[in-house]
Amino acid sequence: MSAKLARREHRTAWLFLAPLVLVMLTVAVWPLGRTVFFSFTDAYLDDPTVYGLVGISNFIEVINDPAWWSAVRNTLTFAVLSVGIETLLGLGIALLLNEAIPGRGLLRAAILVPWAIPVVVATKIWEWMLNDQFGVFNRILISLGLIDHGIAWTASSSLIMGVVIFIDVWMTTPFMVLLILAGLQTIPGEMMEAAEVDGIPAWKRFWSITLPLLKPAIGVAVLFRSLDAIRMFDLAYVLAASNQNVMTVSIYARDRLISFQELGVGSAASTWVFLLVALVAIILIGVLRLDRSTGD
Amino acid sequence: MASIALSSVTKAYGTHTVIRGVDLQIADGEFVVFVGPSGCGKSTLLRIVAGLVPASSGQVLIDGEDVTDVPASKRGVAFVFQSYALYPHMSVERNIGFALETLRIGKEAIRSKVETVARMLKVDHLLERRPRELSGGQRQRVAIGRALVREPEIFLFDEPLSNLDSDLRMEMRIEIARLHEDIKTTMVYVTHDQAEAMTLADRIVVLNQGSIEQVGTPLELYQAPANRFVAGFIGSPRMNFGPVPLGAEAGGFSLPDDLVAHHTSPGSRQPASIGIRPEALSLVAPDAGRMSGVLERVEDLGHEHFAYIRLADQSIWVVRVAGRPPFERRNQPVGLSFADADIFVFDSEGKRMAHRATVPQAGREASEGGLVHER
Repeated sequence: MSAKLARREHRTAWLFLAPLVLVMLTVAVWPLGRTVFFSFTDAYLDDPTVYGLVGISNFIEVINDPAWWSAVRNTLTFAVLSVGIETLLGLGIALLLNEAIPGRGLLRAAILVPWAIPVVVATKIWEWMLNDQFGVFNRILISLGLIDHGIAWTASSSLIMGVVIFIDVWMTTPFMVLLILAGLQTIPGEMMEAAEVDGIPAWKRFWSITLPLLKPAIGVAVLFRSLDAIRMFDLAYVLAASNQNVMTVSIYARDRLISFQELGVGSAASTWVFLLVALVAIILIGVLRLDRSTGD
Repeated sequence: MASIALSSVTKAYGTHTVIRGVDLQIADGEFVVFVGPSGCGKSTLLRIVAGLVPASSGQVLIDGEDVTDVPASKRGVAFVFQSYALYPHMSVERNIGFALETLRIGKEAIRSKVETVARMLKVDHLLERRPRELSGGQRQRVAIGRALVREPEIFLFDEPLSNLDSDLRMEMRIEIARLHEDIKTTMVYVTHDQAEAMTLADRIVVLNQGSIEQVGTPLELYQAPANRFVAGFIGSPRMNFGPVPLGAEAGGFSLPDDLVAHHTSPGSRQPASIGIRPEALSLVAPDAGRMSGVLERVEDLGHEHFAYIRLADQSIWVVRVAGRPPFERRNQPVGLSFADADIFVFDSEGKRMAHRATVPQAGREASEGGLVHER
């Protein structure tokens, strides 16, 4: 290709990229930049135009706050447990759906329903079902004779984290199933047949062939879900507002910013959240080696 | 090593029948090739033998034992796929030795078996590589090695060379033939390539639309095809066919009187069509031949030529000419000459009728190349 032709192709490429770059600048880079900027000020939300620069004292205030560390602990507990359970469940269901069972198409569509329901709606539905007096969940447990009186699932400080994880698993396992199923369908059938004819037992076929070949698909799914889980706000907030037991880092930042009107400190907390998400993303990509192509 | 027997095997997917009652005996140590056009059910039949596809009815016997309900993993067969089906995330060494890992024979024993097989297939310098780093021919060797290392009773090949280019295909063909000579294991080989079938097989099974058309040695199929389908399928270029009688007014010829007399004897079937192989025809001057036509085209293959002759009824016959053809100009009138012994006669159902050369006459068949077989 001549140099002139190459230059022209470059120009065209930039032309096509320009709208996207513009949108990214306005909706991502600009707000993020503003947030980072406010992190270094003592501004309040009622009048953001009045502020003074305070250096890194906001960042220090956040990491000296025990409530922040409690939120970090909650967030990581939630992320690890929910993503872990979703991955195992998703893998199991995907393996089932990948078999040629009758009604597979219908099942595949049906399993997506929980994912299609808005988080707020799903959370409210579960809140009612788990209600200590009117909830269908307690009613079933009582009629089965497992408990004498209704359990206040969403009010008990020891149970509420479990409830949040449970609802999240219910809602987002379909996403896992879908991504892992897509991965499963890229594994050639003849390869599994070859292993079958060679007398490889089913567990070894799964462990030594299916799982290694699924690793990239599972890795991407885990990455997506983990980043979602670490930013999680809506589910815990709708269910328990600012309950300390399930307060995530996002809720913490929102409380400082909106409830306490502290634009500076709230922005600093948001920046910490951003850094936390970035750190987890980098670690996951490194550990799962998603930057390198695996398999063939 | 083991023999295989299929008895009334059928396979249907819903209302679509792909195998229609196949009976077949394969002897211990035999090399049998399933050949047929695409969609004839040859691969399905092989998969039924392997246990990868369950038969709808009928029985599969290996070494006299009914294995119809035995899963593929317990049949002791090895299968080589057209796509190679290597494990992309494993080294060549692990690909070959993978099936041995469940045998609890120890890492050292696996390694030595893998090395022996790899040396035999000339892939011993590639053991550390991944399948994606190999060429097509090397991948196929690894796939064969993976089958070989298990020392199976039966080898099944499903179009193993179809993904290779023609040079490599010929090379691998010879190696597979040599492999069979060395290990003498029963092998069943599926292909649509009749050159592979002719060169490899002890016996060829010609399949068409889920049924066996004919079973026989390569020479039997070539010299004594049971019907028009086999006659047309075996041989390249394919046999020329024409209606009976090819009247003189059609620019053709009439069947020799004694041939007609033989076939129209009371109670016998009537001849409906004839076939002559391209290599049995020769190009002669227009008035010197038994048939005539015009030269449509000559294809030069270097060592031989294919001449395409348009007959008066507009059908095209192919003539194989060793060396240079005597005529090369387009639309030039030419004559075709052939011996009576080279005429194949078929009845209205396409079944071959014994022609004159095959009427038992001691000492005649060998000299004229005809055959007595009527299957």
